[in-house]
Order: sequence, then structure tokens, then C-alpha cells
Amino acid sequence: MDNQATYITIAGSGGQGIVVVGNLIARACVIEGKNASGWVAYGAEMRGGTANATVIVSQEEIACPFVETPDMAIMLNQPSLERFEGNIVEGGMVLLNTSMIQRPVERDDLKQVFLAATEMAHELGNLKVANIVALGAFIDHTQVVKMDSIRQAIGDLFASKNPKMVELNLKALDVGAANYKCEKVKG
Amino acid sequence: MAEAAVRAGCTFFAGYPITPQNEVPEYLSWRLPQAGGVFVQAESEVAAINMIFGSSAAGARSMTSSSSPGVSLKQEGISYIAGAELPCVIANVQRGGPGLGNIRASQGDYFQAVKGGGHGDYKLIVLGPAYVQELYDLTMRAFDWADYYRNPVMILSDGILGQIAEPLELTPYTPIVKLPPKDYILTGCAGRTPRVVKTLFLNPADGLVHHNDHLQEKYRRIEHELSLCEEYETADADIIIAAYGMSGRIAKGAVRKARRKGLKVGLIRPITLWPFPKEPFVRAARTASKMLVVEMSCGQFIEDVKLASECAVPVEFFGKGGGWYPMDTDILEIVESMQPCRSAPCATRKD
Repeated sequence: MDNQATYITIAGSGGQGIVVVGNLIARACVIEGKNASGWVAYGAEMRGGTANATVIVSQEEIACPFVETPDMAIMLNQPSLERFEGNIVEGGMVLLNTSMIQRPVERDDLKQVFLAATEMAHELGNLKVANIVALGAFIDHTQVVKMDSIRQAIGDLFASKNPKMVELNLKALDVGAANYKCEKVKG
Repeated sequence: MAEAAVRAGCTFFAGYPITPQNEVPEYLSWRLPQAGGVFVQAESEVAAINMIFGSSAAGARSMTSSSSPGVSLKQEGISYIAGAELPCVIANVQRGGPGLGNIRASQGDYFQAVKGGGHGDYKLIVLGPAYVQELYDLTMRAFDWADYYRNPVMILSDGILGQIAEPLELTPYTPIVKLPPKDYILTGCAGRTPRVVKTLFLNPADGLVHHNDHLQEKYRRIEHELSLCEEYETADADIIIAAYGMSGRIAKGAVRKARRKGLKVGLIRPITLWPFPKEPFVRAARTASKMLVVEMSCGQFIEDVKLASECAVPVEFFGKGGGWYPMDTDILEIVESMQPCRSAPCATRKD
């Protein structure tokens, strides 16, 4: 896509916190004075259905709020990988939650980041924060926004709901940032 | 949109749930009472619009919102409100149709909104926002224009704009003009002459004719006074894209991409859909060699584009119904394939 914008797709199943991840990245952009738009695609289903969100980070006004070929993708489960693997732009990057994804991507042009987000969340005592663990790794690796902006966004988003969740999510973010593996692009 | 309504002084909202606009009543269900207003989840869309009829007649800034099938249900009430010259704001977060359709975004209710979906010769002021900030700003203006012209205003949004998250500046509300006093509202007639809010005109026999003349006069005045439109890179454009709302915004991305490739492409994005901003199209018809209409329907808005440009240049079409939306890259591809004008005016549609 154009050089002025970064397109990020976050995909998983309903209930995995796809929307929250998109929301946090977008909020972090706003904190940094960048333009952002978040767009969620979901069917008429509840927990367990497929869900994906698109976040666009841009210096200029965002025209088209969705994209078929994202630059980066966070994939939290196997069906997301099957569905979006072919869409990522050539030379793009993908983060895979190896707790729920059985194989790496079958393309050799993509940068791959692996982490067992769901297992780490389990160790933290709350499976719900697997999304934030993945986000920690994603931000640390891509630097698409500053980690501090994400921390601030977590504070903004969760403080009104439950202050304890702020603490847990910040911890999850750190765990993710410290525990991922990268595979370099072949050739 | 919901917060803008509260800040603009909306004190009564009635609605019935339907995707993709549920965020509006959900928000207002707690926010409006907090601000001293009244929120009602009505038993149906028909009930909701008639509650708006009543609350507006009683002087409250009133609003209802729904999505396509729900807005169809409201049409009788909308005709009554327009006939009674009562102000209100109606939001339609359009989804795929016809029928129950689907919950994807659409622009298939354009005709219903701008040509009059209910019975009789009436007009709604229709606004087509493309950005969250614009939706916020226009919602405030919608209440002002409704009161100023004593006319219902429709915000014609769509399922994408209804579900998107974007940065927003929550600006304070200030009325655009000094609004006239509401000397028609029903507040109890102790100490003054009784007032009547009505839509039935039986006596004298030509009473309704005169009422229609009066309405038409008002509509001509609105047409004369109200017109909003974004023009982007149109000055030297050879091909002009015409699109409104979400497709207008996506088309703007295509124009930017086309310009980077050195193609002379521009965009006219009407913001008021009624009154339709004709003047930019008249100008475009003189300077451009072709137009391309992009809309998320099978071809409704295109008719107004052809009328406004008086078919002086060929108008091609890119659109589908049923929850389809265009990508900026698709639009770019079409623009690239559009050859310099050779065909006759009012060219064929290209689906």
C-alpha cells in the first residue's frame, strides 16, 4: 500500500480480545498525534466466531478504512492463519500465537514472530490477557508505536473498568515483550 | 453521533435495537438521563418515530436512530412529521437490503432518504457524513437546521461509519444561527390561544394545496440556502469521481493514489444529499471529460449526479448492492482504465 500508512490486521476468534488490541494500538497512535482508524469485521455471532480488526496508522488523513493486503498481522488462532496468510503484503510481518497455531506460515518472504501467548497468559493467571501478551511482543518487535503509549492506552482503557486489570495487562505486555522469537526472512 | 446529540441539547430519544446502529441507543440509554434527558427503548420502530412526533410537538429536541429495515418502518411517521413541520433528527446507519438484508454496510437507502420514502410531497434535509468527526459535527448542525427550518433532518450514515473507531475532538456545541422561538409547540394553552399541530387538512377543500405550496416554498428556500460539498483536486481534473459518505472517503484515497501516478483525477463529495449541491457538478461538466460515480448500491446517487451535470459528460458507474464496499485500489484501477472521452453523453453503466 502507500508509504504514508501502516496497515495492521489482528485476527482470532470472538472473545480473544481482537477489538481491544486494535483499540489499544489506535489509542496509542492518538496519544502520539498520529492518525488512526480501527475497523472490526465480525459476523452475527458471539464468543467463538471469527473476528478480525484492521488498524491503520497514518500521518495523513485516512481514506479507505480497511485493506485487503495488510503490512503486518497478529494471528491468535489457526483459522486466522488459514484465512489471512495469503493476504499479507510481500515482505510483511506476521506474529503467530503458537499456543493455538500449529505451523509457521508457508511463505518465505514474511518476517515471523512466534510466542506462546495463551500459555503465558495462563501462567499469569488469566487466559483473557493472551491478546495483550501478543500485543507486547508485536509492539516490541515492530515499534509501530512506542511501548509507553500502549501502557498509557491500557491505563486509559481499563482504569474506568477495573484498576486491577490495568496492573495485570501491563504485566502481560511486559511478558510478551520479553518472550518472543523471531525467524529471519530466508535468502 | 450520540454524544454530539446530547451536547446539542437533545432531550428525548426513542429507538428500537438493530445492528449496526446499536451503539447509539446503548450510549444514550445511560448518557441522556445523565444529562437530564429522556431515553426510551420503544416497542417498535413505528412507536419510536411517533414518540418523536409527540416529543417534538411538545418542544423537545428529539432524535431517533435505526438501520435500513427499521427506517423503512418509520416512513409513515416521517411523512407526518414533515407534514406537521416539526423538527427532529433521524439517523439511518444503512445496512444491506432489500428486505432484512444483512448487517454489512450499504448506501442502498439513498432514494428513500432524498426522494421521500413516505407518502406525499415532502423533503428531508439529508446529510451524508464520511468521517467520525464529520458525523459528530453534522449531528450538531442537524439539530440546528431542523429547528431553523422546522423540518426533519436525516443523517444518512452506513454500517462502516457506524462501527469504525477514529480520533475525535469533542468540540462544544454552539448554535450556527440564533434560532427562532418555538411558537408552535404544545405546552398547555393557559393564558394564550390554543395551538394545533396537525397533518390533516380537510377544510377548506384547497387547504392542503395551500399547505403544500407553503412546504414547497420552504423547500426552495432550503435549496437556495443549504449546500455542503467537499471538492478535492477538481480544478484540473480530467476524470471526476462523484461519491458521498463512506464511498466518497474511499474514493478520496483513490484520488490521492491516482495523483501520485500523475493522473488528473478529482473528487466531488456531496455532504448535503438533499439539497443536492448542483453547482460543483455544473462546473465539473465544463472542465472534466468523464465522471465516475462510486456508491455502495446498484445505482441511486448516480441519477442525481447525471441530473446535476445535465448529462453533459459521460458518467460511468462502479457500485454494487447488498453490503458490498469498494476498495480504493479497485477505484484506482477503474480510473486508470477510463479512456479519454469518445462515447456519447449519458454513457452506459459499468457494473
